[in-house]
Amino acid sequence: MEFALSEEQRLLQDSVRRFLEQNSPLDKVRLAAGNTHTVQRSLWAGASELGIPGMLIPEDFGGMGLGFLDAAIVYEMFGRYVAPLPFLGTAVMAPLALMLAGSEAQQEKWLPKIAAGEIIAGVAVTESIGVREDAGVKAGKGTLTGKALFVIDWAEADLYIVADSDHGLHLVLPGAKGLSRRALDTIDKTRSVGELVFDQVSAEPLPRSSADAVARVIDAGRVMLASDTLGAGQMMIEKAVAYAGERKQFGRVIGSFQAVKHLCAEMAAALEPSRSLVWYAAHALDEVPGDARLMACHAKSHLSEVGRFVARTATEVHGGMGFTDLLGLHYWFKRIGFDRQLLGGPELVRLEAAHLQGWAA
Amino acid sequence: MDTVVDVCCRDSRRGNIRIGPAMGREADLSRPTFRRNFLKEADNSVFCPPGEIHYNKNTITRIVAAKGQQMDIELTKEDDAFRAEVRRFISEKLPRELAERETVGASGERGALRRWQKDLHEKGWVAVNWPRQYGGTGWTPMQKHIFNEEMAAANAPRLSPFGLSMVGPVIYTFGNEEQKKQHLPGILSGDVWWCQGYSEPGSGSDLASLRTRAVRQGDHYIVNGQKIWTSYAHEADWIFCLVRTDETAKPQEGISFLLIDMKTPGIEVKPIISIDGLHHLNEVFFTDVKVPVTNRIGDENKGWTYAKFLLVNERTGIAGVPESKRKIAHLRKIARQERLGDGTALADDLAFMTKLSEIEVKLTGLEYTNLRIVADEVAGRPAGPSSSTLKIVGTEVQQALSELAVEAAAFYAMPFQREHLMGIANEAPVGPAYAVSVTSAYNFGRAASIYGGSNEIQRNVIAKAVLGL
Repeated sequence: MEFALSEEQRLLQDSVRRFLEQNSPLDKVRLAAGNTHTVQRSLWAGASELGIPGMLIPEDFGGMGLGFLDAAIVYEMFGRYVAPLPFLGTAVMAPLALMLAGSEAQQEKWLPKIAAGEIIAGVAVTESIGVREDAGVKAGKGTLTGKALFVIDWAEADLYIVADSDHGLHLVLPGAKGLSRRALDTIDKTRSVGELVFDQVSAEPLPRSSADAVARVIDAGRVMLASDTLGAGQMMIEKAVAYAGERKQFGRVIGSFQAVKHLCAEMAAALEPSRSLVWYAAHALDEVPGDARLMACHAKSHLSEVGRFVARTATEVHGGMGFTDLLGLHYWFKRIGFDRQLLGGPELVRLEAAHLQGWAA
Repeated sequence: MDTVVDVCCRDSRRGNIRIGPAMGREADLSRPTFRRNFLKEADNSVFCPPGEIHYNKNTITRIVAAKGQQMDIELTKEDDAFRAEVRRFISEKLPRELAERETVGASGERGALRRWQKDLHEKGWVAVNWPRQYGGTGWTPMQKHIFNEEMAAANAPRLSPFGLSMVGPVIYTFGNEEQKKQHLPGILSGDVWWCQGYSEPGSGSDLASLRTRAVRQGDHYIVNGQKIWTSYAHEADWIFCLVRTDETAKPQEGISFLLIDMKTPGIEVKPIISIDGLHHLNEVFFTDVKVPVTNRIGDENKGWTYAKFLLVNERTGIAGVPESKRKIAHLRKIARQERLGDGTALADDLAFMTKLSEIEVKLTGLEYTNLRIVADEVAGRPAGPSSSTLKIVGTEVQQALSELAVEAAAFYAMPFQREHLMGIANEAPVGPAYAVSVTSAYNFGRAASIYGGSNEIQRNVIAKAVLGL
C-alpha cells in the first residue's frame, strides 16, 4: 500500500510553493485585495508558465493531463499563500465541465485557450446546490433567463459555464445581449465572485450535460476548497507558532505557557489527519468513482470545521494583533471562512452525505 | 417540531428535573397552579439533570434550571407594575430606527444614540447599577433584571460602557468630591464620551508591566508613552489611563490612575482597522502631555487597585447576557423564516435547533449567575473572581451565537456590504437584511475572547483565585 505523494508531486508542490513565496507575498496580496475584481495578470501569467491553468486538461488540448490530487496539492499552496488567482473556476471546474459535457468542437475551441492561460472562465453552479430567494436559471430555446449568484472567477471572465435548473450546462459569453453582471464584494478579497442576471441571453448548451456532470463539477470544486483550507490552515498554525515564540509577556515568550502550547498543539492535531482525508478525496475523484461524491462531501464539511477551529485558534494565539488589518492574518481567516460557505456550507454538505449513504430521507 | 419549551421543576426526592406530559406545551412551572397540574400529570415522567436537552419528534425540551421552592423569584405586584412602566417608556421613547439597526447588527447613528441616552437620563434610568446618591436608580436586583430583560427584548442598543460601567463607578468609589462633580454629570447625560487607556503594545495580558510614564512636575504630570486597542478613542472626549508613576517599585505598586482630556496637546490618535474592515480601535500616543495632578484618582501608586475594581465590572458587562438573549430570540425568528433548499424551515432542522437550545441552556445558567452576583453585591459580598467565569462563558456564548447566525445565512454570509453595515446604503442588500452583519459580527466577535483579559488569562485567574491552584 502506498499513501503518500509521489516524487513528481512533491516537486510540483515545491515549485508552486517557491513561485508563490516569491511572487505573491503578503504586500502583493494586500494590493490585489484592494482590486478583487481585477485579474492579477502578471501573477496569472507566471502561474501559466508553470502550466497551472491547464494542469487537468489533456495533453491533446495543450494541457498537462494531470489528476485531481495534483490539482489539490497545487490549490493547497494557493491557500497557503492566499493567492489572489482564478484557479478554482478557470483551472478546475470550467475545464472539467467542458471535458465531461462539451462537444469536441467546444473542447477544441476553449480548452487550449484555458490551458495557455489566455482566458478566464467563470462558473455559475451555486443554484444547483441550494436555491435561496429568487435565484436560479431557466433554459429556453438557446437562451437563459434568471439569476445566478456567487459565480466563481467572475471578474474579467471571457467565458461563463452556467448550470440551469434542469442540470443543463451552457456556455455564455460576457458580452451576450441581455446579460447583466454585478460584482459581489465578499469577506474574502482574494477571489472574485459576482452575480449574473440573464434576460433571454443566448447560450450554447454543452450537449453531453447531465445531472452527474454538474455534480462531478461540484465534487471537484468542493475537494479543491477543502485543499485550499488545508493550506491556509497550515500557514495559520505556522504563523501562530512563530508569534508564540516571539511575543513576550510576564518576562517570557507566550509559547512557553502551557495554555498557549496546547492551543497550538490542538491545531496541529486537528489539521494533520484531515490532510489524508483531502488527499484521498482528490485521489477518489480520478480513481475511485464509487467513493468520489461522498468523499468530496466529507472533505468539504470536515475541512470547513477544522479550518474554522484553526482560524479562530490561531487568531486567539495572536491576541489583539490577530484581528488587525496591520498583521494581515485576517486574509487567511476570511479565505477559510469563504471556503466554508462556497459550494455548500458544512451543514448542507453533511446532509447530502447522509442522503448518499441512505441515512436521511 | 413546533416549539422549544422550557420545563423547570425540581423533584424533591431526587433533586432532578422532571419532565413528562407537559412536553410540547408552553410550560411555566414557576406558576404554582401550572406546577400542580404538571405534577399530577407527571406519572410517566422521566428524570434528567438540569442542562440536558430532550427531544422527541415534536419538540425540543430545554431543561433550563431548577426554579423550585428553594428560591423565590416569582414576581411581586410591584415588579409587575415596574415591568409595565419599563415597557411603556420603551414604546414611547426608543426610536424605531435604532431598534431596527440593532436587530440587524448595524451600529446606531450617533445622534440618535445620544438622544436615547438623554431620554433615559431624564427618566433617571441611565445608570442602572449606580447608587441613587450619584444619579443611579437604586433599584432592587429584580428590578434591574426586569429592566435589562425588557431593554434587550425591545432591541434597545447598549449604551457606551466606558463611562457608565467602567470609569463612572471608579470615580464615585475612589474619586474626590471635585472629581465626582466634574465628571459624573457628563457620563450620565452622555455629553462626555470616554475611552479606556489600559493595554500597551508590550502590555496586554501582562497589564501590570505597562510603561506609559507620568513624571511629576509641580502641579502636573508629564505623560509619555503609548496605548493600544483603544476603542472609540477617535470619538472620545476623555480617556482614563493607567500610567507608571514609580519605576522602582514592584510593577503593581507603581501605577496611578489618571483622567486625561483628549484635547490636551501631545495626544495623537491613530486608527487600527480590524478584521471586519471597520474602524473601532486605535493607538493613542502621548508626547509630553501635561495632566493636572488633580486629575489623579485616589492615591499615587495605588492605581492598580482601582484598575482591578474596574476590570471586575468590565468582565461582568462583557458577558453580555441580555444581548445574547435577544440574539437567541432573533435567531429563532430567522429560523422560522429561513427556508432550506428543499423548502422546509430552518426551524425544522433538528441539528440547528439543538445547537441553539444548547447555547440557550448555557446562557440561562449565566443569566441566573448574573442575578446571583448582583444580589451578592447588594448584600455587600463583592463579585471577585467569579466575574472571570462570566467573562469566559459569556463570550463563548456570544461567539457560538455568531456562528449560528452565519450558518443560518449560509451563502449570504459571504457578501461584504460595507454601506449596509454602516447604515448608509440606498439600495436593498444582497440576501436577507439580517445576513448583512452576520459575518462581520462573527469576525469581530473573535475579539471577545481576547479583550477584557483573554479567556486564557481568565482561566489562570480561576485556577489561582477560585481553585487555589
